[in-house]
Amino acid sequence: MSESAEGWRRRTTRDSLGVGLAVGLYGAAFGAAATASGLSVLQTCTLSLLMFTGASQFALVGVLGAGGAPVAAVASAMMLGARNTLYGLRLASPLGLRGLRRAVAAQAVIDETTAMALAAPNTAALRLAFTVTGSSLFVGWNLSTLAGALGSGLLGESAQVALDAVVPAAFLALVWPRLRHSSTDRAVAAGGALVALALTPVVPPGVQVILAAAAVGLGFGRWRR
Amino acid sequence: MIWTVVLAGSLGCYLLKYAGLAASPAILERPAVRRAVELVPAAMLAALVVVQAFTDRQALVLDARAAGLAAAVVALLLRAPFLVVLLVAGGVAALVHALA
Repeated sequence: MSESAEGWRRRTTRDSLGVGLAVGLYGAAFGAAATASGLSVLQTCTLSLLMFTGASQFALVGVLGAGGAPVAAVASAMMLGARNTLYGLRLASPLGLRGLRRAVAAQAVIDETTAMALAAPNTAALRLAFTVTGSSLFVGWNLSTLAGALGSGLLGESAQVALDAVVPAAFLALVWPRLRHSSTDRAVAAGGALVALALTPVVPPGVQVILAAAAVGLGFGRWRR
Repeated sequence: MIWTVVLAGSLGCYLLKYAGLAASPAILERPAVRRAVELVPAAMLAALVVVQAFTDRQALVLDARAAGLAAAVVALLLRAPFLVVLLVAGGVAALVHALA
């Protein structure tokens, strides 16, 4: 028994650390994209420390970089950040935290930690996966953000083009699991993409994404009721 | 101005995370809440994919990013890990840009 328990501990730790390391390139891409959008290195690193949820961070600097309004930038980040609320609702009971520990743990309630935690075979493994993934992601994400922010000035034209392509690919990779498992999500995603493209020429930058998400996400939810 | 956006957005995103851990899970049993929280990110992420890949401010454009995105689709269909998807997208876009 103790051997298999040791086995899952080691496996859970290894997998969780792996996720933390794998996010490195994404963090570097964020650091470079943020400084290219007009943020200082300090502002870029502050975002990764305090916001610490990648898609929201990319959305925020994307709106600012395209010349969008501050309100649109904050709203985009928060609309994407709302899915972390759902993750928190799922994790609250198995994590069983209160007070300061809950306040600290909340910062780590994001895509990767939730995926690793919910894949764990039991409650003890879930807590271990959440803690190790959260810690390694936090360290990896912030260090790679700093590297990307400092290094962006050194990038040549080809590297800039590559970086521009990494951002939509990252969003696609984030939404991909939903597309594979649910035809409703596929319809909603297709609708969101079409509405956003159609609105791009007629509304300020960033607003088309918010309108697409609100119209299609909420509209589809009501229609299906 | 940028600092305000950075700090307000960070505070908002933190409160959204904390709300999930602190709220009663019974909220999830309300179907309208559950569907909205599940579907809005799908619509929004898809919107961000096309906006980041096919627009430049308010113009619709087709450039090397589209090739990178197509390569990412292939990588995802082949079940490549996240990091590989990003490397493939970036590599193909840079290659297309160099050749074009």
